[in-house]
Amino acid sequence: MIIADPKPFGQVKGYVESFEKILIVGCGTCTTVCLAGGEAEAQILASGLRIAFGKDGGSKTILEDCVQRQCDEEFILPILSRVENEKIDAVVTLACGVGLNFLADRLGKVPIFPGLNTTFYGAAVGLGHWAEMCAGCGECITALTGGICPVARCSKHLLNGPCGGSEKGKCEVDPVNVDCVWQLIYDRLKKLGKLEDLQNLLPAKDWRTASDGGVRRTIREHIYSPK
Amino acid sequence: MMDESVMKSGSNLESVLRAGHFAVTCECGPPKGADMEHLQQKIELIKGCVDAANVTDNQTAVVRMSSIAASSILVKSGVEPVMQMVTRDRNRIAAQSDIFGAYALGIRNMLCLTGDHQTFGNHPMAKNVFDLDSIQLLDVVRTIRDEGKVNSGDPVEGGIRMFLGAAANPFADPFEFRVIRLGKKIRAGADFVQTQCIYDMDRFREFMKMACDMGLDKQCFILAGLTPLKSAGMAAYMNRNVSGITIPDTIIQRIRGVPKGNQSEEGIKLLLEQIQEVREIPGVAGVHIMAIEWEEKIREITERAGLLPRPQL
Repeated sequence: MIIADPKPFGQVKGYVESFEKILIVGCGTCTTVCLAGGEAEAQILASGLRIAFGKDGGSKTILEDCVQRQCDEEFILPILSRVENEKIDAVVTLACGVGLNFLADRLGKVPIFPGLNTTFYGAAVGLGHWAEMCAGCGECITALTGGICPVARCSKHLLNGPCGGSEKGKCEVDPVNVDCVWQLIYDRLKKLGKLEDLQNLLPAKDWRTASDGGVRRTIREHIYSPK
Repeated sequence: MMDESVMKSGSNLESVLRAGHFAVTCECGPPKGADMEHLQQKIELIKGCVDAANVTDNQTAVVRMSSIAASSILVKSGVEPVMQMVTRDRNRIAAQSDIFGAYALGIRNMLCLTGDHQTFGNHPMAKNVFDLDSIQLLDVVRTIRDEGKVNSGDPVEGGIRMFLGAAANPFADPFEFRVIRLGKKIRAGADFVQTQCIYDMDRFREFMKMACDMGLDKQCFILAGLTPLKSAGMAAYMNRNVSGITIPDTIIQRIRGVPKGNQSEEGIKLLLEQIQEVREIPGVAGVHIMAIEWEEKIREITERAGLLPRPQL
């Protein structure tokens, strides 16, 4: 899932300072799970803003809402309606960057601000601990690496084995927190009895399917109809 | 040892190695700016003492004069460079472009490296490239040299002859994989390798035994990396902070055991012993002396080790 972290409160307050009626929108999927932008976080942010602006002696209206997802039209239509009907001046979204952009493309003259910093695709590896797992490079090579991704999990995204900075199974960039993924791949291929896969010379990657190639889109021909 | 008719570049380093001499290389780090005088001084210190000198490429991700420019200055000054190129900062377009430029400027040896991550340097906020890894870079340069094609398959306008090198680290993990990785680098195009600096001689011997068992010493010239220790403090610092380097306690204690004023001489003595030891290990074709910011010792070291004069071929 997509991981995000709350932006510093002061930064969000700064974004909406000049507006009177603000709607905070939480997201019920990824950012709920990683405890960054769900219903609870939306309520907390809204309260925080009310207190902060109240102290300044202002008279802002801070409203909150939460929808299942902000990356599909059916879920955000009620938000768009609220914005129009209640004459909302500004929106702060606690969705990931996807929901943020999706709303921004549909809000016309109403400004929207990010309440979060979106970071990576990851999974919960422990309680309250998420780690990056996939880089979305568009050409998955993990069939050769035991299902473990060196593009996402190697600090240098090396494809032919560890660099000289792999020591005691840790990555030199952050030896306390980051495992050397090539040690993980080595251990995994050993368990699978496929260590000889490490002899393969993986050629230079074609980055066109990654974001390097340009802004990406995907089509399902059987349901797609061009406008 | 190797077929002399298979001269890949005609460089001095290659000629020395193919003629069966025990080769000597050192390092020459460019300045953190455009100070050519400082670089010139370093060049004068090492002239005549080595067969070639590695010019580092923004080592430890600290911005320095480019390796290609500094290597070109070495060429002009009569010291043969080994131009180091890392994949951290340039994509395949820039890398291939620089390779053509390097050849045009008279550079004939190249070391293909991945490079330290930018978090170690003075620009940790920079965008990370790593379009290629060191093995893929070797393959790219080898393909230009041997097939006259760039990575995309287009033919080149003017070929290159380059002696290709790579780094090997027998001291990183997983240990069992290190010889396999060396094998991959050789298959990808490495004609020679220089190892990370050795302090654990037993581990290096073990590595060389594995490499020889796989016949890698016959496919590639392996040069043993050595760094003289200036002081016990330096030894402790390197042990703690430089990844891929572990200095056994016995060595630190040995240096610490002499008065501070004599520690650098003890470090040189140790290095001379190490040179003698690696000369006796089967499969070792030379030494790579990394006397970082201590280039003035290269002449003394090579003299005392009986490595002078260097062969003139």
